[in-house]
Amino acid sequence: MSRYFTDEHEWIDVEGDTATVGITDYAQEQLGDIVFVETPEIGAELSAGDDAAVVESVKAASDVYAPISGTVVEANDALEEEPALVNSSAEEDGWFFRLTLTDKAELDDLMDEKAYKAFVEDL
Amino acid sequence: MSETSDNLKQLPLGDWHRAAGGRMVPFAGYEMPVQYEGVMAEHLWTRENAGLFDVSHMGQLNLTGEGAAEALEALVPGNISALGVGKIRYTLLLAKDGGILDDLMVTNTGRNLYLVVNGATKQDDIAYLEAELPKGITLSHLEDLALLALQGPKAAEALARLDIRSTFPDGPVPGDLYFMEAGPFMWNDIPLGISRSGYTGEDGYEISVSAADAQSLAEALVALPEVQPIGLGARDSLRLEAGLPLYGHDMDAGILPVEANLNFALSKARREEGNFAGAERVLAQYPRGAARKRVGLLVDGRQPVREGAAVVDADGAVIGNVTSGGFSPTLQRPIAMAYVPMELAGSGTQILVEQRKKQITCTVADMPFVPHRYHRKPKL
Repeated sequence: MSRYFTDEHEWIDVEGDTATVGITDYAQEQLGDIVFVETPEIGAELSAGDDAAVVESVKAASDVYAPISGTVVEANDALEEEPALVNSSAEEDGWFFRLTLTDKAELDDLMDEKAYKAFVEDL
Repeated sequence: MSETSDNLKQLPLGDWHRAAGGRMVPFAGYEMPVQYEGVMAEHLWTRENAGLFDVSHMGQLNLTGEGAAEALEALVPGNISALGVGKIRYTLLLAKDGGILDDLMVTNTGRNLYLVVNGATKQDDIAYLEAELPKGITLSHLEDLALLALQGPKAAEALARLDIRSTFPDGPVPGDLYFMEAGPFMWNDIPLGISRSGYTGEDGYEISVSAADAQSLAEALVALPEVQPIGLGARDSLRLEAGLPLYGHDMDAGILPVEANLNFALSKARREEGNFAGAERVLAQYPRGAARKRVGLLVDGRQPVREGAAVVDADGAVIGNVTSGGFSPTLQRPIAMAYVPMELAGSGTQILVEQRKKQITCTVADMPFVPHRYHRKPKL
């Protein structure tokens, strides 16, 4: 399994044709206390850059974009009951949704962990 | 002008906030701490203990001169000339057409009127006051003062730990003040102007202190076991729960006081005199003659509605707008303020808010959402 990152602070775990998407620990730290997550509907066909989810902190709403194109096959229902999972476990239990990839070549445009780390350090 | 770090002003306590772990953001032209530990924790801490807020971005002004109260009354609908020494009044700075230019606190210090106005509007307020006030009334902008707010059910207990004395022999200690009273005090030879007031719905104080001495006071306060520093994020969620409007969001120059649900700021004597800016337009709506009104909303579900979201009717036509919205840490549910047509302003009325192409049901609710716990003077 490989983990990719975007400059919008999302992480993408790819296993075969399936990608799991969440926001990074850096992103949750910036957002603060998360009180609501709206995940995409199952079956939604997303192109890279489309609005995919909304994450709401006490103070503000933020969009989460589809980091890559694909069809939504699963959303993390646990976030409905416990949105704070995104704070406590952003890069594990606080995942947002799973996609079946349309075009694996899009992964080439994403960062690996080392590149993302350097990207965050420069912010 | 965009708020980049290049043109942002620094608060007297800017470095202190950074050292305390504050995350700094642009607000009202200043770099200010939005949070330290986290909005939720800071909010709940303030509701249970005492929070220290740096509100030095706000404008502190003195009005001096014979007839200052009457002169100010030409621009505000509050009964300023009847304000006793050491008493504070909340009032509204009105444009000639009655639109709200700012909301402010006015204290009669006995020597002058001391005004606290919003940070984002202070320069415009000063220009308006200077243009409108008669000669002989002097307006001074007290730019070398900081303003700290200590808010929460343990604020009085905390402040009582500092050796703060009245500047008058046998004068009161801060704990003797009731809500909306103020006085001059000394702490370690440092003069403090202390008001029993605030913007959280809790008991507490607002303390005016020289910028040079602000840090030693802030350090003495956060060293107390009851006190933690609190950022702008929690200040906003606390005032929203308390039903207190935020200028520039819940009211502006296009809104009249009755629409803003601020009838209490139109004092009886002044309504009868009818001689303040925009009085004709303002009083034409009094008490329930406005077409729209600012109300509180309890939002169904878990997703907050935010400022800018539309209030819609069953056909989706826009009939109002959300002006503040967020998640209430105390109630653990989303709440909001909105302008709705008067016929929908009754408590318990269901309305629809459209946000991100989704309709969310809300119920009009009495404000405050969380009861005020002011230290009011007992009624005789």
